Amino acid sequence: MKQILCISLWLMGCLMPAVSYSETLTDALESPAATTRTVPELVQELTEKSLTQAVPVLEALEQQGGEEMLPLFRTMLNGDLYYVKDTSQVVGKTDTAGEESYADILTKAAVTGLGSRDVKKIRVNNTLRSYLRNAIARIQLSSANPHSREQAVLSLLSELDNDTVGQIREARANESVEEVQQAMDLALAMYALDQGSSDIEKLDAVEGLAGSLQPEARNMLRKYAEMEPDHADYSARVSAAAAKALERIQEKVEFYGFIDQLFFGLSLGSVLLLAAIGLAITFGVMGVINMAHGEMIMLGAYTTYVIQQLMPNHIDLSIWIAIPAAFVVSGLVGVAIERGVIRHLHGRPLETLLATFGISLFLQQLVRTVISPQNVPVSTPDWMAGTLQINPVWSLTLNRLYILAFALLVFFALLIILKKTNLGLNVRAVSQNRAMARAMGVRSDRVDAMTFGLGSGIAGIAGVALSQLTNVGPNLGQSYIIDSFMVVVFGGVGNLWGTLVAAFSLGIANKFLEPVTGAVLASILVLVFIILFIQKRPKGLFPQKGRAAE
Amino acid sequence: MSTSGMLQSVFKDRGQPGGRVMPFVIILLVVTVLASALNLLTPEGSALHVSTYTITLLGKYLCYAMLALAVDVVWGYCGILSLGHGAFFALGGYAMGMYLMRQIGDRGVYGNPLLPDFMVFLDWQELPWFWLGMDQFWVAMIMVLLVPGVLAYVFGFLAFRSRVTGVYLSIMTQALTYALMLAFFRNEMGFGGNNGLTDFKDILGFDLQSDTTRIVLFLLTAGFLCAALLTSHWIMNSRMGKVILAVRDSEARTRFIGYKTETYKVWLFVYSAVIAAIAGALYVPQVGIINPGEFSPINSIEVVIWVAVGGRGTLIGAVVGALLVNYAKTRFTAILPEGWLFMLGALFVLVTLYLPKGLIGLYSQLKQQLGAGKPAAAGTGKSSSAAKTEGAGA
Amino acid sequence: MKFNKLFAGVTLALGTSMISFTAAAGDTIKVGVLHSLSGTMAISETTLKDTVLMMIDEQNKAGGLLGKKLEAVVVDPASNWPLFAEKTRELLTKDDVDVIFGCWTSVSRKSALPVLEELNGLMFYPVQYEGEESSKNVFYTGAAPNQQAIPAVDYLMNDLGVERWVLAGTDYVYPRTTNKILEAYLKAKGVKPADIMVNYTPFGHSDWQSIVSDIKKFGSKGKKTAVVSTINGDANVPFYKELGNQGISSEDIPVVAFSVGEEELSGIDTKPLVGHLAAWNYFESVDTAENEKFIDTWHTFIKNDKRVTNDPMEATYIGFKMWTQAVSQAGTTDVDKVEQAMIGQKVKNLTGGTAVMNKNHHLSKPVLIGEIQDDGQFEVVWETDGVVPGDAWSDYLPGSKDLISDWTAPIKCGNYNVKTKSCGGAMAAQ
Repeated sequence: MKQILCISLWLMGCLMPAVSYSETLTDALESPAATTRTVPELVQELTEKSLTQAVPVLEALEQQGGEEMLPLFRTMLNGDLYYVKDTSQVVGKTDTAGEESYADILTKAAVTGLGSRDVKKIRVNNTLRSYLRNAIARIQLSSANPHSREQAVLSLLSELDNDTVGQIREARANESVEEVQQAMDLALAMYALDQGSSDIEKLDAVEGLAGSLQPEARNMLRKYAEMEPDHADYSARVSAAAAKALERIQEKVEFYGFIDQLFFGLSLGSVLLLAAIGLAITFGVMGVINMAHGEMIMLGAYTTYVIQQLMPNHIDLSIWIAIPAAFVVSGLVGVAIERGVIRHLHGRPLETLLATFGISLFLQQLVRTVISPQNVPVSTPDWMAGTLQINPVWSLTLNRLYILAFALLVFFALLIILKKTNLGLNVRAVSQNRAMARAMGVRSDRVDAMTFGLGSGIAGIAGVALSQLTNVGPNLGQSYIIDSFMVVVFGGVGNLWGTLVAAFSLGIANKFLEPVTGAVLASILVLVFIILFIQKRPKGLFPQKGRAAE
Repeated sequence: MSTSGMLQSVFKDRGQPGGRVMPFVIILLVVTVLASALNLLTPEGSALHVSTYTITLLGKYLCYAMLALAVDVVWGYCGILSLGHGAFFALGGYAMGMYLMRQIGDRGVYGNPLLPDFMVFLDWQELPWFWLGMDQFWVAMIMVLLVPGVLAYVFGFLAFRSRVTGVYLSIMTQALTYALMLAFFRNEMGFGGNNGLTDFKDILGFDLQSDTTRIVLFLLTAGFLCAALLTSHWIMNSRMGKVILAVRDSEARTRFIGYKTETYKVWLFVYSAVIAAIAGALYVPQVGIINPGEFSPINSIEVVIWVAVGGRGTLIGAVVGALLVNYAKTRFTAILPEGWLFMLGALFVLVTLYLPKGLIGLYSQLKQQLGAGKPAAAGTGKSSSAAKTEGAGA
Repeated sequence: MKFNKLFAGVTLALGTSMISFTAAAGDTIKVGVLHSLSGTMAISETTLKDTVLMMIDEQNKAGGLLGKKLEAVVVDPASNWPLFAEKTRELLTKDDVDVIFGCWTSVSRKSALPVLEELNGLMFYPVQYEGEESSKNVFYTGAAPNQQAIPAVDYLMNDLGVERWVLAGTDYVYPRTTNKILEAYLKAKGVKPADIMVNYTPFGHSDWQSIVSDIKKFGSKGKKTAVVSTINGDANVPFYKELGNQGISSEDIPVVAFSVGEEELSGIDTKPLVGHLAAWNYFESVDTAENEKFIDTWHTFIKNDKRVTNDPMEATYIGFKMWTQAVSQAGTTDVDKVEQAMIGQKVKNLTGGTAVMNKNHHLSKPVLIGEIQDDGQFEVVWETDGVVPGDAWSDYLPGSKDLISDWTAPIKCGNYNVKTKSCGGAMAAQ
């Protein structure tokens, strides 16, 4: 009997070998709903239905397949579900090291010999995605992993209905892990507050929600706190209790909001620091105004792009290769600029400014001509994407966190180079008293070239970091050049610590002004502040002392 | 200096700052009048006809030349490298633009007699206070001079008093124009945001699109440029000019002698800002639009290169540099657009490396070499070794 | 004295070389191309220049127009707005072009407009824009706000059940006007002011942390929230990256954009964008025979199979086709005659259906909404039933609700006030 059915199904156009799947199939067949459609049939329907018709199919699948549907739903959610054009077989795509491979979505049997032209994607849109996400959550309520269970409960908070709550209540009885219990209690409390029959039950629920930072819980409390007296569900006691609980939560939220802003400020500061730190060397230590500094950053970012083009299958690694590569590329260009142009303009800082501006125009146009006037795509490695969720209202974005750490790392590395190495000693000697240094046998022209190369190389490294945050295009450098100069001048020329303090204080000031004044006015105010500050203290926050200063 | 002394100086003096400007002024006036006459009097299609396109183009160049002159006055003579003169130029332009905008009256697309179009569609209810009175020509003209002048005074006063000099000052001026650019981009400012002010109809009742108005504006620009040249020349040859040169060569020494150097610098800076503002005010009716892009730091830096190409510290050099570079720009952006930035970039590098005194410097050097036997004038000896490379570079 | 001669020479040379010798009317029809090839807008505009060149090429292969060959005159206004006016004058007086295809930004069009009207030129403007304009000398083949923004909001409201709205844009005239229109429209639909958040950022804004975090907070109030983005070009990449990084997915808070197309996506790592929306009149992914042919021609012309096509390219295509039809119909390239012949011209859309040029110099076109896919293409999720006629003057702005544009007799006016029955302003036809 089973076999006949299987064969007939097979003939119906469902080309998957049904052997390993026969058990589920039998279950499905024995349940009453199966009189209409089986799981393989339903899966088959996905290839035919339009986006708007797909939800009922998925509902049926969830009902019949249950946990078995998890891989299918996940694959579909990620947009990796395809069907073979000739046979209509539904397959999942996996991408390992750039090699695409396909496997039957139900049997997991590998399907070989398929190219990207042989398959067609089963499209998903937002409606389907959110359905799939919730369905996965519902299925995962009974997952073995406590973390998935907790996430499942949390993602169901926004759509609590009778069935879901029933499922959660059932799961709560068997739950042993504390975090999951808390999440489930929260869900039950929310439901109780909304659907509870007595004030006592509702007051209890408010109590249960009081400490939670979950936005859904807050919204529920707000709904009751702000409820109009003529509403059917209105109760003065519940409303007052909700208002009080909400107030307590709000205080916490505001506190985390403050910390959030601080982090935003630090993050902006780290970007400014990265952009400015190379300039702090060339401008601060050597006294050379390098208007092409922004283009050194741009070259670093383009190096990242080129490296990613060369190794498209190892995006995760590409950053680690790009950092030294960008240092070398920008550094060499820097040395060339120093040898070719700046050396001849020694002691004429204003002319240097003009010549390097010319170089910056030249480099921009070079990139436009050689690579493309278009922006180029730089991918973010997986390990840099995502957030570090500390609590429901406070999360740190990973890429910003890494870049903050990276900026500090570069800063301290540079500090060590300048303070502890021979090169650093020479650089400082030449910058303090060129003639004397030369008299002592320092080859000042070589030191100049090395210093400029170092400053430019670090700008290149900054470019790698910036490529993760913003557009990589010919204009990349221009957008950072003025900011970089502001940071260096504000911090005090020739003082690396000054640059650090200036970058972070400007970043934080900007981010705290922004909510009040808007982004544009915030940057204008910061600029005006720097202009006025420099009038007051022409040498910046940390002026260089001693003879070298004059 | 007496008037006759001044007259003498503009024609004769040699080795004095600025060289002779009168012959140049006369040539300039003759050429502009000739071009104007050819535009108005000869029929279109005649070989001698100068098209209106050419006139507007030349008018624009002359405005740029005036701006370059303003930069040269502070940079070439006083050592103040301003990377923000575009700000004064644009402010002057905006004052003029506001007047022209108010002149449109109810001929805007919405027919609102009071509010400019951009305010109507952004749903502004009344005219912001700073637009009041701008429908009067004289108010607008006072604003053209006053706003950039006061800004230059305040900025200069603060900066020079606290002895912000050299590259710091340059970067501060750049920050100034950058901040103004961001501010004018904001639509809330009430200056039309990114679109700026445009679609002007007439000035003092004269149709801006008629050839006669264009010619008058063109001649006016030439006139103002000549006046600015002569005035600058006079200032540089006056007692004040000597102090200014002294400040450039050694500010500390000048101060020790007992001059209040910052006062000289501030007033020179204001003078220069006002010239830039007048140039901006003349620029707007001729090109027909003013927008925040004029504040962009890049524009201001480009002006500096015009001066460097022509030869800084020579008034004529600034004008010649501006005219030549802009003419080249018009030509080359038409012939090979992609190549233009390469050329401009290379020009910057080559001029600073090989032509520190610009084309005027090159010219006087060539003159000296040709007229061998004459003793070399002071100050040129130093760069004689660079003469060979200059030839290659130019 | 040598000194004087040198300058006399230089100045005179300068003057004389600029005297234009008007070329005798040749046996070609000249087509001016006014797109920035350098500067910030080169990123977008270079593609349109190539599109026009391709169309000219195709037309010449098909035998030209009125028995003459078409000849392109390309100039570079270098993303410098006053230069647009200057180059327009150059094209119209020095090169004597018969038609201009050009401009991208509103300010560049506004800059060129007075010159076009003064010299009675003819220009085709192929980019979506804020409306509030109708000139006798310009044909607008891109979308007006009612062909892009309003249908998109309808879709979000009706199909996705969005109740809270973030209107985020770059601070310039297109977003300002579009958002004003949308605000009025949403309020007319009963949305409370507290449920609308408006935010403006400068050009090229790159630090979106605070704003995205604000959007996240705004969207956590329990009602379905969407972002209507009029963020311009460059600022989009960091915006979407920040959305992705702060964990806002397209299911939580969808973003519908009006300035993000295939070309823009080709410069982005599209992973964090998947599922976000865009509203256009054209998507490359639409499967029609015309579109396939267009894409093939484009790939052959540009010699690169990877180059994408986008909405402004289709707008250029339609504009160019209509112009050739109108010229053939009028039998001349005379601007006044072509202008009249243009009205009512029909061209098959690349996405199916037929585009019609209306009396107000705007097109009737279908509106499509697409979801961004991970390959940088759009999957159409919704489209209007028929075509939507472009509206030059928005009905939702107090200043323009009584204005219409009609360039046929007897009105012949770009801003005709239906209440006062008069043609306001200076754009009145003489």
